[in-house]
Amino acid sequence: MTLELSHLDRRFAGFRALDDVSLSIAPGEFLALLGPSGSGKTTLLRILAGLDYPDGGGVRMGGEDFLATPARERRIGMVFQHYALFRHLTVTENVAFGLRVRPWRSRPSRAEIRERVERLLRRVQLEGLGGRYPTQLSGGQRQRVALARALAVEPDLLLLDEPFGALDAQVRVTLRRWLRELHEELELTTVFVTHDQEEALELADRIAVMNNGRIEQVGTPEVIYQQPATPFVCEFIGKVNRFRVRRHGAGFGVGGWMPEDDPWQRDVTEAVAYVRPEQLWLAVPPSQPAWEARLRHIYLAGSVAHLELHVASLDQPLEADVASEDLSRLGLQPGMALRVAPRSAVLFPLDGNSVPRSEERWLWHAPSPVPARV
Amino acid sequence: MSGRHPSRPWGWPRRLVHLGLILAALVFLMLFLVLPLATVFVEAFRQGVSPYVASIQQPEALSAIRLTLLVAVIAVPLNVVFGVAAAWAMARFDFPGKALLGAFIDLPFSVSPVISGLVYVLLFGAQGWFGPWLDAHGVKIIFAVPGLVLATIFITLPFVARELIPLMQSQGSEEEEAARVLGASGWQMFFRVTLPNIRWGLLYGVLLCNARAMGEFGAVSVVSGHIRGLTTTMPLEVEMRYNEYDYVGAFAVASLLALLALLTLGIKTLLEWRYGDELAHAPGGH
Repeated sequence: MTLELSHLDRRFAGFRALDDVSLSIAPGEFLALLGPSGSGKTTLLRILAGLDYPDGGGVRMGGEDFLATPARERRIGMVFQHYALFRHLTVTENVAFGLRVRPWRSRPSRAEIRERVERLLRRVQLEGLGGRYPTQLSGGQRQRVALARALAVEPDLLLLDEPFGALDAQVRVTLRRWLRELHEELELTTVFVTHDQEEALELADRIAVMNNGRIEQVGTPEVIYQQPATPFVCEFIGKVNRFRVRRHGAGFGVGGWMPEDDPWQRDVTEAVAYVRPEQLWLAVPPSQPAWEARLRHIYLAGSVAHLELHVASLDQPLEADVASEDLSRLGLQPGMALRVAPRSAVLFPLDGNSVPRSEERWLWHAPSPVPARV
Repeated sequence: MSGRHPSRPWGWPRRLVHLGLILAALVFLMLFLVLPLATVFVEAFRQGVSPYVASIQQPEALSAIRLTLLVAVIAVPLNVVFGVAAAWAMARFDFPGKALLGAFIDLPFSVSPVISGLVYVLLFGAQGWFGPWLDAHGVKIIFAVPGLVLATIFITLPFVARELIPLMQSQGSEEEEAARVLGASGWQMFFRVTLPNIRWGLLYGVLLCNARAMGEFGAVSVVSGHIRGLTTTMPLEVEMRYNEYDYVGAFAVASLLALLALLTLGIKTLLEWRYGDELAHAPGGH
């Protein structure tokens, strides 16, 4: 059943943790709540878990008031940021906890509990570690115990609070893929909180980007990355070059670059433009308008190379990404001059006070003959 | 000295300083702790074993022992309940007056025990605020057992709470929240998660509370009235015997108190060893 969150408000001593948040979560979907710390994402998760209540708004599930349902009847599994394993209980006892605290009428028999716990430990690849205490496990193992414990109660909704935050990079990537497979296998609805945009882009079906207690944009990772709705989403997701463009007569432009056919007509005199590093075209032919740039540094980061360019007419550095193999193909050397132009850009008009107006976003793409790569 | 890096300086002067410090600490300990404690037992047995046994078997002594145990048995459990509740409130919730509650919990530590006793006399004594009303209804608090219990509860109030507040604050509430989400009721959460996590700290607090409850002199002395065989606890009995020049009797009862203290100390050391071990292995990040 779809979970409908409508107009949620939550205040903590003068601080708005949630500000008119509306969101619907479809059954079986893998949703990421992405945002910087203090953006309200954990507050939202805690409200779903029944650990906190909003000051206004509501949550409905299949027409029923979800908030009026006590936490223990919500059929929720939650994995806490620091796992919150019961330190005085063994792994087996931790996983069995949710079953053992049930009223005796709905409590499975001892044998059944044992059997179910063993099955779960096998599933999270921890068989044989049932007798250990949480302190005797590694971070990744603790995380999987926390997950098994959450799954033991057979939840409809799985909530994960920064599930990979405390793990080192390699374990993180492995567990991420594994969690995605588990989600598909169990056909759960999963909501997870993260501040790591890479994690959200890789894992989620949909991402809700949060900032200052508000949802800035909800969409698939593709939409979030390629069609960011607000300046915040542009800057928070991925890397981005940012610069101002001004009206010059008929069109907009800065330093020799002029995106054509602006939709704003003459009302707007200034706008802010965002261009992703991989959307910079580095070898523009002389027939087309471009910036004269100088290549300052090349930072080789494995399969990708980050280039630091300086554009005199913009009076600011730009960052461009190319595949490492293209470095030699294009003969790129530090110090060389390049003709550079965006292949695509996201522009927001600025009002009189230099505040961007998100609702009048302009997604600009260079007209074809521009080649797709480099 | 094996295993020490050869280039580490370890000359005679350095060793002398170490020895000197250790000796100074030992001498100090002997003079101010071991010697007085030994004196208690030496004085108690100065005239042999049978006078010692006889003085302990006097009815006044037996009644003092019974009364001391009774007061402890009432005061300690009540302060356990209060201490856990107060620590929970202080560690888990933000409410107006939280700082004030913290200050009140510390009050018995900062106020002289004599004053604490006097407060109860002023409240419940014959000339006190509630004295005449209590008298009219035939309730006796001051110069009776209820007064002793009240004064002891007041004096020992901070021990459990002060032990638990920092512990519960450092442990955080994540495990309790996890229990709630997993479907535990409030009581299940308390008995299956909260209590096991604070058990060693709680036991430690109970022991300290108990030691003070049995050993308290000042506050109890004010509300007791010193009625032999009725309202004298062991510390009061020691004082009365001493004032009556019954040195063997005084030290005999004192030796029992010292034994109780040593027993408490022993259990405490055992727990500290155990508890410290658990703390060392507790996961960080809370």
